[in-house]
Amino acid sequence: MARLTIEHVTKSFGAFRALDEVSLEIADGEFMAILGASGCGKTTLLRQIAGFDKVDAGRIMIGDSVVSERGRHVPPERRRIGIVFQSYALWPHMSVAENVAYGLTVAGVKEPERARRVAAALTLVELEGFAERRPALLSGGQRQRVALARCLVTEPSLVLLDEPLANLDVNLRASMEDEFARFHARTGTTMIYVTHDQSEAMALADRIAVMDSGRLRQVASPSQLYREPADDVVAAFIGEGMLLPVDVRSVDEGDGTCDVDLFGRRVKMRCGSQQKPGARMRACVRAHDLTVVAAASPGVDALIDRAIYQGGDFRLEAHPVVAPGLHLHLTVAETSTLRPGQAIRLDVADGWIIPAAGT
Amino acid sequence: MPDATDWRERFESYGLLWGLLLVVGILSVAPLARLLAEGIAPQGHFSAGALERVFSSAATWTATRHSLLTALGGTFVALAVGGVIAVMVALTDIRARNAFVFCFVLPMMIAPQVIALAWLQLFGPSSPLLKALGVAQTIGGRNPLYSPQGIILVLGVQYAPLVFLTLRAGLRALPGAMVEAGLASGAGPITVLRTIVLPLMTPPLVAGVALTFVSCLGNFGIPALLGIPANYLVLPTLIYQRMAGLGPGALAEVSVLSMLIGFIAIVGILLQDLMLSRRDFRVSTTSAAARPFELERWRLPVEVALWMWTTLVLVLPLLALALGSLVPAVGVALSAKTATLANYEFVLFGHDAVRRALFNSFSMSATAAIAIVAIAVPLAYFVVWRRTRLLKFVNFAIEVPYALPGVVLAIAAILLFLKPLPVVGVSLYNTVWIILFCYLGRFLVLGLQPVIGGYHQIDRTLEEASQIAGARLARRLVTIIVPLIAPAAAAGALLVFLTAFNELTVSALLWSSGSETLGVVFFSFQQGGDSTYASALGTLTVAVAAGSMLSTLLMADRLPAGVLPWRD
Repeated sequence: MARLTIEHVTKSFGAFRALDEVSLEIADGEFMAILGASGCGKTTLLRQIAGFDKVDAGRIMIGDSVVSERGRHVPPERRRIGIVFQSYALWPHMSVAENVAYGLTVAGVKEPERARRVAAALTLVELEGFAERRPALLSGGQRQRVALARCLVTEPSLVLLDEPLANLDVNLRASMEDEFARFHARTGTTMIYVTHDQSEAMALADRIAVMDSGRLRQVASPSQLYREPADDVVAAFIGEGMLLPVDVRSVDEGDGTCDVDLFGRRVKMRCGSQQKPGARMRACVRAHDLTVVAAASPGVDALIDRAIYQGGDFRLEAHPVVAPGLHLHLTVAETSTLRPGQAIRLDVADGWIIPAAGT
Repeated sequence: MPDATDWRERFESYGLLWGLLLVVGILSVAPLARLLAEGIAPQGHFSAGALERVFSSAATWTATRHSLLTALGGTFVALAVGGVIAVMVALTDIRARNAFVFCFVLPMMIAPQVIALAWLQLFGPSSPLLKALGVAQTIGGRNPLYSPQGIILVLGVQYAPLVFLTLRAGLRALPGAMVEAGLASGAGPITVLRTIVLPLMTPPLVAGVALTFVSCLGNFGIPALLGIPANYLVLPTLIYQRMAGLGPGALAEVSVLSMLIGFIAIVGILLQDLMLSRRDFRVSTTSAAARPFELERWRLPVEVALWMWTTLVLVLPLLALALGSLVPAVGVALSAKTATLANYEFVLFGHDAVRRALFNSFSMSATAAIAIVAIAVPLAYFVVWRRTRLLKFVNFAIEVPYALPGVVLAIAAILLFLKPLPVVGVSLYNTVWIILFCYLGRFLVLGLQPVIGGYHQIDRTLEEASQIAGARLARRLVTIIVPLIAPAAAAGALLVFLTAFNELTVSALLWSSGSETLGVVFFSFQQGGDSTYASALGTLTVAVAAGSMLSTLLMADRLPAGVLPWRD
């Protein structure tokens, strides 16, 4: 019932194409994060799903009913979905209980049923004693929980969360992340979580859809996204991956690995099953794949540009001797005496051949 | 999904929008269209007779010359005074700013004819001020304010707040970094003011000047009190005299005259557009407002000068007005022995027309205020949150009746309602309803602007959240939007109420026995030589205006910034 289907949705504002042929299928009960930098189109996508805007082309279905397509638009008030807004959007002229009860009143739910469900929703977000307070008197985290209770009290089949943690301080974020995760586990509601923060998305979502310039780049589980990015943009965005030029010499069909040539060194890396050998490809390498080795060992020669202390360890930024335009970064222990200007040799333990590389 | 609910959805949204457009069309567009039609084809027949008569009459051109002279002169005085004071209030660290702004803006909220009478009292034969200085006129001597210079001076004082308000709004939006960048480049405060601040303030200055010019041009109360006794006629007073002398028989002529004054006003507005379209004044950064310049040792002298100005142009005239209301008869010297409250007793209890006028003015102003807010709240919703091309036109249609001189709308309304309404057969002419109709059309923009400002300050997600909760437009308006917009709407209603309560221009042409307004009664007291009664009535209206302005300061914290003009 609460499956969400987005097919080739396009939306432009004047000459600016905010959404470009976006297609996405979200299963019933799934927790999907939509991740991207600001201006990538993620909020526009959310507004199409909620029905605040009309799509230019394509189709959005909730369950089996079409809610958006050209010439047909179900208004937001009849989509039976819930939203938690970034600004919380609590009505300042109503008490906490009135805020939560609003959707039930609109739906014609009568007392005492209404009061019972409001109390249950407030209990769920642990705000039992706050029913008569005004939103202005609550802390940021409490407001967030009221917004959550208000959105869930009508038992929507689909809940949209628009950067719900962006206005909270760092400590509160972790506990609210917990809250969302427990919530999802308990209710089994389909949730769509829009964020620019990849650690939030990684921690919460079953799957993550990465957006850039109005297009979907990759839709995958958090670990797949990290280990096997589909293209350069995803590789660089997720986990600050380094993109290094490689020539793929041979592909081992059995275990999904291949032998590549990196700065003249032979290295073993992972690749997709469709990968063909070829020159001028790109590999995604993570900071923890790089280690400093003795000058005698095989490896890539590099010069250190900066050493940044980050509490407990150093982040080294360097460039390969043979390719001064590339940037490498890795983490070394606090005891390291490596300083800018020094030459080092790096062992590359792992990497992923970008499937779309070269295109 | 069932189509019945779809239909209801559309009905609520489009029905409301088209209903509002119809109301705006009737209030704003219909009368002006009717006036235009009259100019081209009087009484339905194409004829150049009226045009010819009006344009060949020497009185027309004398009045036009006088109108231009007094309007330009008044604008110049208002620009000089309002400009200097806006810079002082917005950019320097003078103290007691709120009190000063309140006093400076007060004249704008008092009826022009009352201000004019206050000045007349100040310079008149029984003026306590002039007596104290030993230069008082002898009775029968000519009051120096019965002159074009007098009209220009009082117009300038009345409308200096308009220049002040537009310029102050502009100065507040000026990013502080622009001023600081100038200072950091080594320029002194005066140089920064001259080379950076004032050039960037061209749009608000030009807009303020255009607004002031149009207001001076359309003002009736001041040239009526100061010009008619000297037989110095401007276009609005010429139209008034023609209508008073000939009644509806003069309609063909006064329609042409009112189109002439409307034409001058539109030229003024177009000149403003032309001046602003030729250069780029857009300010790109969004840093905080400029930090006030510290006046240091000049602060006290500047403050003293500002308050002396206030004393001169506000306190003394109003004091003269109040004292004039205590005199038993014109010309009697005021002393503790002669002072009397008999004039108040008479205007409050002894005079039927005043009682009727009080009731009429109060009920019409209140009705206009409530009705305008009821129109403005849903209309502003569409203007701010559902921008469509259609609404640009609506904005224009609402602004025109206010921008044009009041006599234009009054004449247009007479033309529209002179004959009984079709179908129902009822005539609005010579009733209070025609005056109320003009109030609604003319002051709609006054109520709409604060409400639009209020919408801009409401986070739209508050509405979207209720939409997501399943509430349709009508319910969202009632349960979410109205409570949030209420303070701004109250401010708008008050502006409408005060303006309508003080109004004379429209009702001077539209009143009839039984539908007098306070302005009309005040004016006829003054015309009939009963300036003591007029002073008493004027003092009462000043007290009402100042009282309501003060009472709004109590809720000022809940209002969007800039909604109350009299608050800094």
